[in-house]
Amino acid sequence: MRTLVSPGALRSRRGKIVYGVVFTCTLVVFTLAFLFPLYWAVTGAMKSPAELARTPATLVPREWHPESFGAAWEQLDLGKYFLNTVLVAGGAWLLQLAVDVPAAFALSKLRPKFGNVVLGLMLGTLMLPAAALLVPTYVTVTDLPLLHLNLINSPAAIWLPAAANAFNIYLLKRFFDQIPDELVEAARLDGAGPVRTLWKIILPISRPILAVVSILAIVAAWKDFIWPLLVFPDPAKQTLSVMLQRVVIDLPLNLLVAGMVLASLPLIVLFLVFQRQILAGLSAGSVKG
Amino acid sequence: MSSPRSGSVLDWPAVSTRAGRRTPTEAERRRSRLRRKIRDNITAYGLLCAALVVFAMFSWYPIVRGVLLSFQQVDFVNPPTWVGFDNFTRLFEDPLFGVAWRNTVLFTGFALVFGFLVPFLTAVLLNELRHARAFFRLAVYLPVMLPPVVTALLWKWFYDPGPGLFNSALHALGLPGPQWLDSSGTAMLSLVFVSTWANMGSTTLIYLAALQTIPGELYEAAELDGAGMWRRLRHVTFPQTRFVLLVLLLLQIVATMQVFTEPYVMTGGGPDDSTVTVLLLLYRYAFVYNDFGSASAMSLLLFVALGVFSAMYVRLTRRADA
Repeated sequence: MRTLVSPGALRSRRGKIVYGVVFTCTLVVFTLAFLFPLYWAVTGAMKSPAELARTPATLVPREWHPESFGAAWEQLDLGKYFLNTVLVAGGAWLLQLAVDVPAAFALSKLRPKFGNVVLGLMLGTLMLPAAALLVPTYVTVTDLPLLHLNLINSPAAIWLPAAANAFNIYLLKRFFDQIPDELVEAARLDGAGPVRTLWKIILPISRPILAVVSILAIVAAWKDFIWPLLVFPDPAKQTLSVMLQRVVIDLPLNLLVAGMVLASLPLIVLFLVFQRQILAGLSAGSVKG
Repeated sequence: MSSPRSGSVLDWPAVSTRAGRRTPTEAERRRSRLRRKIRDNITAYGLLCAALVVFAMFSWYPIVRGVLLSFQQVDFVNPPTWVGFDNFTRLFEDPLFGVAWRNTVLFTGFALVFGFLVPFLTAVLLNELRHARAFFRLAVYLPVMLPPVVTALLWKWFYDPGPGLFNSALHALGLPGPQWLDSSGTAMLSLVFVSTWANMGSTTLIYLAALQTIPGELYEAAELDGAGMWRRLRHVTFPQTRFVLLVLLLLQIVATMQVFTEPYVMTGGGPDDSTVTVLLLLYRYAFVYNDFGSASAMSLLLFVALGVFSAMYVRLTRRADA
């Protein structure tokens, strides 16, 4: 794979030296810029409050206090907030799959009358900046039209709007469009109805796109802040992010940092395990050069 | 439903054989096709119905509701009353309104300088390196995986002028440290740094993917024509990635104009209102002053301001897909 720098120049002695210097500099800069802050947070959590207040800060803790993590877990009631966040993210994920997969399949393979109008109306919502819908959606959630339910402090306030995700529909439909119609036709001749075809034939070959949509859904729900901040005024119902910024004022710094490290772990582990799907999801929505 | 019989001489009345099987007539075939079409439509709308309900309730209805709210006075006790353009005049009379727009445009401008150039140059650099590629990709994307609130709170602590990481590091190098978030001159720029650090992972990797699709022959041809490295960058790399650059430019304008978490968590809009952004002010109107009408008017203005960029983005990506 040939790139900007010519292979000839790289083979020369001078080229090798320049490459080595550039490579080492990049390695050092990347480590300092992206990994060092994480080291700082993890070690900072294990410093004593007195040491954290020292100017200038110490590079390595003088005394190690790993018990900060346990103390943070206790004081912040982290178990409860982890459960809240898992409930919010898990529900948002399942509902997105349950709602968006059948819809994308219907639009792609059954091609109902006015299907293109429906698709256009759905994709049209992508043009709206999310923030512009914040207030009217909040007003809607406090009093659902026709049903007159108030979803404030209920995880459904996150789940239901999350399912109205045009980007999911777009990704899934694009994938289903590439599955040959003959496959659906063959299943029909064997006497399978559309729902069985979706379940038995389409879903098993759609695993890659389902993985991408799942990861995107879970990561987005875990990172979300402004919407959960609005719909969970009750502290007992809040997600990790909303709780962390609420307790900032009255918590010793070492416990706060420990809490933040713990709250970040699940996504980092998820990333290390599902790198491939996450990076695939990244370019799924973008475009070819 | 009966269909007219076609009057062809070849049309025999259908005769059932003893086995109960017969060849279906054209009319019957048409009818069964129609039945199948109707059945397919019913199934399709059955599968679509959940999506239609959530979109109607949480996307389409709020869009209409938002426009209506902009011209109404709302409290949650009395029914809403129509007030014409009062909400807008109230906004324009608020001295913070102009400040918020100016700050937001400033943030977007800075964020583009850093968040646009830095990731592209990083991607070009990474594309040249032959070793430790997985590590670089992982490292640059790690901050994207942190919850934005955690990132904001961490950096607030890094920025602490006394025991904070940055000024401690500058101190160790014998340099004076700036006041970061505590001075109205540097607060906004400090927020831009956080936001760039947190988000550059995705843009860098998208550029990197685009760079990897550039055919090597183009570089070879340019080299044979005697183009040096900079000219190759200008005449091969740039034009080949122009489309991705444009799409991400639009995307970043739309995203950064909606900045909220960083100022809300790190500065609360201070010092001296130097980091009050449009979304922060919108939040105050709705959830501090409980003035949903003015907040909706502000949303509408934000939509108008960003609509151009969003529409261009959607059109571009659609065209690329077609």
